[in-house]
Amino acid sequence: MSTIANQRISVKVNGETFESEVEPRLLLSDFLRHDLDLTGTHVGCEHGVCGACTVQLDGVPVRSCLLLAVQADGREVATVEGLAAGPDNLSPLQEAFREKHGLQCGFCTAGILMTMGPFLAENPDPSERQIREALSGNLCRCTGYQHIVDAVKLAGEKLYER
Amino acid sequence: MAVLGSSIKRREDPALITGEGKYIDDLTLPGMTWAAIVRSPHAHARIKSIDTSVAKKTVGVVAIFTGKDIADSEHGGVVPVGWLLPDLKTPAHPILAVDKVRHVGDGVAVVLAEDRYTAHDAAEQVEIDYEPLEAAVDPKAATEEGAALVHEEAPNNIAFDWELGDKEKTNSGFAAAAHTVALDLRNNRILPFAIEPRGCLAHYDKNRGLTLRMTSQNPHVHRLLLSLASIALPEHKIRVIAPEVGGGFGSKIHLYPDEAIVSWCAIRTGRPVKWIATRSEGSTTDAHGRDHVTHAELAIDGDGKISGLRADTHAAMGAYLSTFAPAVPTYLHGTLLSGQYDIPAIYVHVTGTFTNTAPVDAVRGAGRPEATFIVERLMDLGARAMGLDPAEFRRRNFVSADAFPYQTQVALAYDSGNYEPALDKALEIAGYAQLRADQENRRKSPGEDGGKLLGVGLSSYIEACGIAPSAVVGSLGAQAGLYESAKVRVHPTGSITVYTGSSAHGQGHETTFAQIVAEKLGVDIDAVDVIHGDTQEVQFGMGTYGSRSAAVGGSAIVRSIEKIIAKGTTIAAHLLEAAEGDIEFEKGEFRVKGVPGKAQSWGDVCLMAYLAHNLPEGLEPGLEETSFYDPANFTYPFGTHVAIVEVDPETGEVEILRYIAVDDCGNQINPMIVEGQVHGGLAYGIGQALWEEAVYNQAGQLTTATLLDYAMPKAHQLPSYETASTVTPCPHNPLGVKGIGEAGTIASPPAIVNAVCDALSPFGVTHLDMPLTPERIWRAIHPGEDA
Repeated sequence: MSTIANQRISVKVNGETFESEVEPRLLLSDFLRHDLDLTGTHVGCEHGVCGACTVQLDGVPVRSCLLLAVQADGREVATVEGLAAGPDNLSPLQEAFREKHGLQCGFCTAGILMTMGPFLAENPDPSERQIREALSGNLCRCTGYQHIVDAVKLAGEKLYER
Repeated sequence: MAVLGSSIKRREDPALITGEGKYIDDLTLPGMTWAAIVRSPHAHARIKSIDTSVAKKTVGVVAIFTGKDIADSEHGGVVPVGWLLPDLKTPAHPILAVDKVRHVGDGVAVVLAEDRYTAHDAAEQVEIDYEPLEAAVDPKAATEEGAALVHEEAPNNIAFDWELGDKEKTNSGFAAAAHTVALDLRNNRILPFAIEPRGCLAHYDKNRGLTLRMTSQNPHVHRLLLSLASIALPEHKIRVIAPEVGGGFGSKIHLYPDEAIVSWCAIRTGRPVKWIATRSEGSTTDAHGRDHVTHAELAIDGDGKISGLRADTHAAMGAYLSTFAPAVPTYLHGTLLSGQYDIPAIYVHVTGTFTNTAPVDAVRGAGRPEATFIVERLMDLGARAMGLDPAEFRRRNFVSADAFPYQTQVALAYDSGNYEPALDKALEIAGYAQLRADQENRRKSPGEDGGKLLGVGLSSYIEACGIAPSAVVGSLGAQAGLYESAKVRVHPTGSITVYTGSSAHGQGHETTFAQIVAEKLGVDIDAVDVIHGDTQEVQFGMGTYGSRSAAVGGSAIVRSIEKIIAKGTTIAAHLLEAAEGDIEFEKGEFRVKGVPGKAQSWGDVCLMAYLAHNLPEGLEPGLEETSFYDPANFTYPFGTHVAIVEVDPETGEVEILRYIAVDDCGNQINPMIVEGQVHGGLAYGIGQALWEEAVYNQAGQLTTATLLDYAMPKAHQLPSYETASTVTPCPHNPLGVKGIGEAGTIASPPAIVNAVCDALSPFGVTHLDMPLTPERIWRAIHPGEDA
């Protein structure tokens, strides 16, 4: 029962600009998933803890369930759909997740990938402790995290050719 | 390299890593409406009136229905119970409450709207006048005089009273024992907490019937239960589809009212209806796990041999009996109380009680973690009482390797086992003797290492999974069989599609089941596809839970392959003008034994099966076989885990320094996936041991419904596990495999608690209940003090 008028926004998502009219209360996660049909971003808790909905806003990982779509107006959003160059051309980080069995049900994976990309850019050679700290904002119920840690370590090696 | 037994990368991954995987909330249908379920904020209350008039005026609302609308309708149903015990009380569970609500989250009305936001807006406008009642919350206190009554039909809130084992013999064992130890414990209630919330999307077409997409671990079971009791449509007019499912851990086995409500709404309105649980909605309605209050005792003779074990448990059922709830604290719990040990007398008594809480049912491990916790805690107490090292006390009481098959005193007959090598391996990896020496040194000079207390905990667990055979589980009350189905369809060009009744949700069956087929038929793994999770495509199947998929579902595939090879052999023998007995099938070829070069390729035989131009007389064309595999017994994985912890006596904090897991799941189809299952299982069990608890206050409010309050383990809290295995193949299934999905969850809680209690033993601490929060530990070290 929104009483405030809809607002026009312009958001660049994975390099493509979308113009849209949205309710001011519309969550960024719902905008991406339901308005743009980018369902690779998942919603696990809707209160900013599980991290499944993590996307990048101007390159920085954010919880899309804690942001409103209108807050992304005029900004750039990156989602999991933009990571791979093509269906058979996974990014090194994605490839490492497959290589190391860093996912089981896959529901939390997009959020983890979107968190770990910028982390590796800042920490190309992270220790296990650093990876675990950086992962601590993303919950995974399936893997027990160890294979995710291994995957991130491997991705760092792949990305920075060690 | 053999395909079977190698760590092949998962074919599931590319779609899931790129965001292409479609989970329930990623699906929409034209004309779809959104449902919001109005739920009780009270644990126990009478519904005096419901006023939907204001809510109905909300722009975008399509319809609002109450429990009475459903009860009065043709398709108004109840939620059935799938496992019956003698004298089980089965009070009706309407899909929306009518007169009374019995737990926070009990559904009272449903709002359909054009979008989700509007549905939730309007749900808040539904006015319900409740008369709040006292709540029964604790599973034991609920049975005491004066407790609030959850159901009129169940005096003292007792749902069932169940026992197993020889009471007299056990009591005499105790009377004659040289030593006895006793333990009072509470096995903490936990939330299953798949990261993907439950949800469903129903669509009804008058001619084709109902199509229900839902978060399901077992679509055929859901279809059956819906048809039988909840929406009363013929089974063939219901199609249940599990899309990608974001984790289950038991919570997506059961039939909940929600999918019945949504189906009912789709039938009534003629429009597709989608419902996705919010996080706190899931927390208050997903079936929870554990919640036992137990008194247990162990009797030991003068030589340090166990002479008896007895346990008395009050197990919460919650407000209603969930699908398999009565089986969990009984046949999945009492039967595990022999552990890895040769115990001559065991008696267990379980009281299942109704409480004004969310229902309790199978959650990863389901009954077996609770049993293993009792046994492995008693083993540590027993060792301490005898002045024996806990490893030595376990070793002294193991069922010996030459004693299998071993008949326990609690119904199960272990088919195989070899417990000492797993213990030895775990102790060796841990460097056990050195750890004990370090511990001794620290205790002598407590100032060193920052004063932190070192603890070492063992857990030698038994797991019983792939529960079977059907005739036995039927005699124990199961209202279903526990076989699994597989159809192997060979196409004319030799590629293969497998239809499995298992329904994976992260376990990687599309990869591992293809490995089985590729190995057995000698074809390329890329020539094999695995289809699951759709009742219209796949023959009736039982689904994925209870660590059953490889042992039961995988075996069903092998049975179908054997039939395929047999028919292929008949065709090849005909084409080669040889006797069938002279044909051998190897590496994708049917060969005449001892005649090099005389062979028919796999592809030629497949093509001839479908061309049917030259088949033996009377042989039907085609190459497609179905099997329903009903195992002879459970499988019995086992192992020993060692937890090494440090406890800070100043803060009560526990740090896991190392965690060693040696597991025996028999032959491994894909070791990488096995290891992933072990890791995930460990995190689940360690979470229960150290942090997780679903807390209801006295008023029956769940105070841990969000992730702000419910402490699911995070990456930085967990160690990297040191895993290893021994291999004792299951003797009664064709792959020699045993389950591994729950082993870590079963083994790890006592390993952690034993380690912490070991660290705290200088303070006289013998037992602490989970979760081992810093406060609980600090209070144990500082009795009577204020923080």
